[in-house]
Amino acid sequence: MKLSRRDMLKSHAAAIAAGVANITVPAAAQPVEGGVGSLEIQWSKAPCRFCGTGCGVMVGVKEGKVVATHGDTLAEVNRGLNCIKGYFLSKIMYGGDRLTTPLLRKKNGVYTKDGEFTPVGWDEAFDVMAAQAKKTLKAKGPTAIGMFGSGQWTIWEGYAATKLMRAGFRSNNLDPNARHCMASAAYAFMRTFGMDEPMGCYDDFEAADAFVLWGSNMAEMHPILWTRLTDRRLSHPHVKVAVLSTFTNRSSDLADIPIVFKPGTDLAILNYIANHIISTGRVNQDFVNKHTSFVKGAVDIGYGLRAEHPLQTKAKGAADPGAMQPIDFEAYARFVKDYTLDNVSKLSGVERGFLQELAELYADPKRKVMSLWTMGFNQHVRGVWANQLVYNLHLLTGKISEPGNSPFSLTGQPSACGTAREVGTFAHRLPADMTVTNLAHRKHAEEIWRVPTGTIPEKPGYHAVEQDRMLRDGKLNFYWIQVNNNLQAAPNSSRETYPGYRNPDNFIVVSDAYPTVTALAADLILPAAMWVEKEGAYGNAERRTHFWRQLVNAPGEARSDLWQLMEFSKRFITDEVWPSELLAANPNYRGKSLFDVLFRNGSVDRFPLTELPAEVENQESKSFGFYVQKGLFEEYAGFGRGHGHDLAPFDSYHEGRGLRWPVVNGKETRWRYREGYDPYVKPGQGVHFYGQPDGKAKILAVPYEPPAESPDKDYDIWLVTGRVLEHWHSGSMTMRVPELYKAFPGARCFMHAEDARARGINNGAEIRLISRRGEIRTRVDTQGRNRMPRGVVFVPWFDASQLINKTTLDATDPISKQTDFKKCAVKIVPA
Amino acid sequence: MKGLSSALAGVVFGGSLIFAAVALSADGTPQIVPRLTGGGQPMTDNQAPPLPRPITDDVRKMRNYPEQPPIIPHSIENYQLTLKTNRCLDCHRRQFTEGSGAPMISITHFMNRDGQVLADVTPRRYFCTECHVPQTDAKPLVPNTFEDMVHIKKAKP
Repeated sequence: MKLSRRDMLKSHAAAIAAGVANITVPAAAQPVEGGVGSLEIQWSKAPCRFCGTGCGVMVGVKEGKVVATHGDTLAEVNRGLNCIKGYFLSKIMYGGDRLTTPLLRKKNGVYTKDGEFTPVGWDEAFDVMAAQAKKTLKAKGPTAIGMFGSGQWTIWEGYAATKLMRAGFRSNNLDPNARHCMASAAYAFMRTFGMDEPMGCYDDFEAADAFVLWGSNMAEMHPILWTRLTDRRLSHPHVKVAVLSTFTNRSSDLADIPIVFKPGTDLAILNYIANHIISTGRVNQDFVNKHTSFVKGAVDIGYGLRAEHPLQTKAKGAADPGAMQPIDFEAYARFVKDYTLDNVSKLSGVERGFLQELAELYADPKRKVMSLWTMGFNQHVRGVWANQLVYNLHLLTGKISEPGNSPFSLTGQPSACGTAREVGTFAHRLPADMTVTNLAHRKHAEEIWRVPTGTIPEKPGYHAVEQDRMLRDGKLNFYWIQVNNNLQAAPNSSRETYPGYRNPDNFIVVSDAYPTVTALAADLILPAAMWVEKEGAYGNAERRTHFWRQLVNAPGEARSDLWQLMEFSKRFITDEVWPSELLAANPNYRGKSLFDVLFRNGSVDRFPLTELPAEVENQESKSFGFYVQKGLFEEYAGFGRGHGHDLAPFDSYHEGRGLRWPVVNGKETRWRYREGYDPYVKPGQGVHFYGQPDGKAKILAVPYEPPAESPDKDYDIWLVTGRVLEHWHSGSMTMRVPELYKAFPGARCFMHAEDARARGINNGAEIRLISRRGEIRTRVDTQGRNRMPRGVVFVPWFDASQLINKTTLDATDPISKQTDFKKCAVKIVPA
Repeated sequence: MKGLSSALAGVVFGGSLIFAAVALSADGTPQIVPRLTGGGQPMTDNQAPPLPRPITDDVRKMRNYPEQPPIIPHSIENYQLTLKTNRCLDCHRRQFTEGSGAPMISITHFMNRDGQVLADVTPRRYFCTECHVPQTDAKPLVPNTFEDMVHIKKAKP
């Protein structure tokens, strides 16, 4: 090795420094073996794999392995920061138990439901899977076929899935795990504004004078947005933070107004604030007159349980829970008048002073307010109402659609917005906010997809919880789960989820990177490529669409969900899956494979491989012979362009750090519905909620209604479930990263010390946590980060050895069909 | 599931934790590791092992890569980390490191959102535990095959 004079000087300096410090330089710390080239790392951008914040990450690759990650300084969302999980992204793909080959339950060389998992090739896996699907289609038709997808699907994976299910198999039994996560938020957006997703964006964090967290623990669940909020609060002393929760958590540590309320009473607090705004004369009359209309919602709407459940049969409004009747401002004002400070303080258990301070944040016309919420509102038997009640406050005061005035629905998954909502993978949805129940929408989708009129069925399919019930009841028999761990995530899992997976009439397929509890309850496991092992696109909570390249190869035979969906479609010809009338009317579709119809349709396959940069790996495109991701994205973007959902050209997303839609003339939109920010608002309109036919957002009058199940003498304590900072969702990635695992190794039950003592339980003792539906064993923590009030316990759900969802209730919001994971009754006894 | 019953015997939760040393059996079928895969019969109860002990030996751990936030090798029990006070900075703030002997917060922690260096820790980095976490003595559930970049040799052309 030749050393230049400068190198010599440097190494001398190091030796002198070492000598002074009385240490010897170890041989390995000396010169650069192999020259500077050996030090080089190939850096590329990607969004984080975890939550809905959508941080930008720089990913370092060396010799086909990810070796380092750090926050992307050019990403607007996080400007160089990551949370503890983000900093450990480097290790999520390298769990020692990665699935590398399909595994089929076999006995004596053939598939049987009670067989043992046996490695098989992709051909055998897809042969058996296709035979099962065809058997089900023949016996029962498309309504017996279903798929459960994910807010972690890339945009094109969700798009390929919705095409395959709705236009290929002609089944709307497609739902994402996002149903458990933000269905209530999505329904509330549609009902209030006629368009999904937030009007504001993360820039609101640097502009607001007050932040109100409604049941959200951002300090643990959205750490990087929490850094932006913290930055604003600590840098500007006039800023106030209110944290509302059913227990004291890490977010409360920054709160000027810390509020702990009784579970479910947030509805009453919201109506009290509306009453306060009206009774103190602080309604923004001009805004309300021009831009809002008033409606009254159906009441006593039930709890989304099975129809024969006593709570359902006695609910008078259960038949049409989403009904809304027009009223006027006076009727609305009368409606909220009962929500007085005294009444609501008594019901919620919150001190009057705190309620008044909170109400003033909204009422004070000089204070810009950002409201933030996630699962506290969404996983709520009145989740749609809760979302709408907070919009009421922003609409009554006109504090919306401008910097710092922002009701903001956070999301839990990296593409809950981008894939589950925008692509429309819900049982009733199509891309760009369209629905399967609308004939014109179906026709439009059929045109873009180049399939015959009448291909897409009009009846919405089974939603998430209904899918589990129908699997158990034997009405849904072929089921494919991708990118989620629903046996760990779904409510009342021991009674309603697991029996369906093991029902001998059913064939269950799970695509995953790791052997999860869901995968091991399946009949066929398909090994999945994950994150930067494939080219991807996500859409975060602020409408930001962002892309990444395939940076490394997946191990063994693991393949992306996209490849799996497309390759599987080759196994079906239209004559096997479409009814004869449809084919008789459209004979040119006869004898074609679903792959040809859906993906070789002249649109998806229009970009040749030469459009891929030479140095870029892309397993799917090389396998199918065209630039798959670009074709799918450009076809999909046709749904939204010119309709307020405009996406930029495909290639531009590979260059920058993402853009917030609508992207019109190359410019992203930060605040929707306001002139000067949103190109869809015409000059002179000021504010225009153009998702609604009359351009007006709806203010909804609905009451407080109690939770589905409250503690009583037998089951005497509230159970709240959720997450912790170190683990994401079911823990299938983070539990395999040693540092994250060792930081929080296993679930536990956070409990008030007095509640523990009253039951003869010491801190750290083993307990049984029992509900009417099931039980788990866990350990008690009375001194941890979550400080519980009397009568409430918290258990995170990331630990597969403590399946807390065996105990939760499958009660859902009757409008959104999203489960309430935050409120059920349990009892706790020493183990 | 092949090898399930034998794997189960090895991983039954008891007073001490014993985990399967390898995550996949020789033929590539998954092993049961209850915290990851659920128990062999997923809907039955598992004993809950005692909460692992925090590691408080104050021994610095090598980072997996330079950008990794160092883990906290000491107890932070009852540390106040609130709007009013930050106990971590009592030792790790630049002005206090001579007395405490603690590592100074990194230079990146002085930079605001616009990359400007401030006179003290930037407010966006105020809550240390968003990135820095203590460890317990729990043994990893499965091996992680992540490789340190210094051990990855350039492939011969």
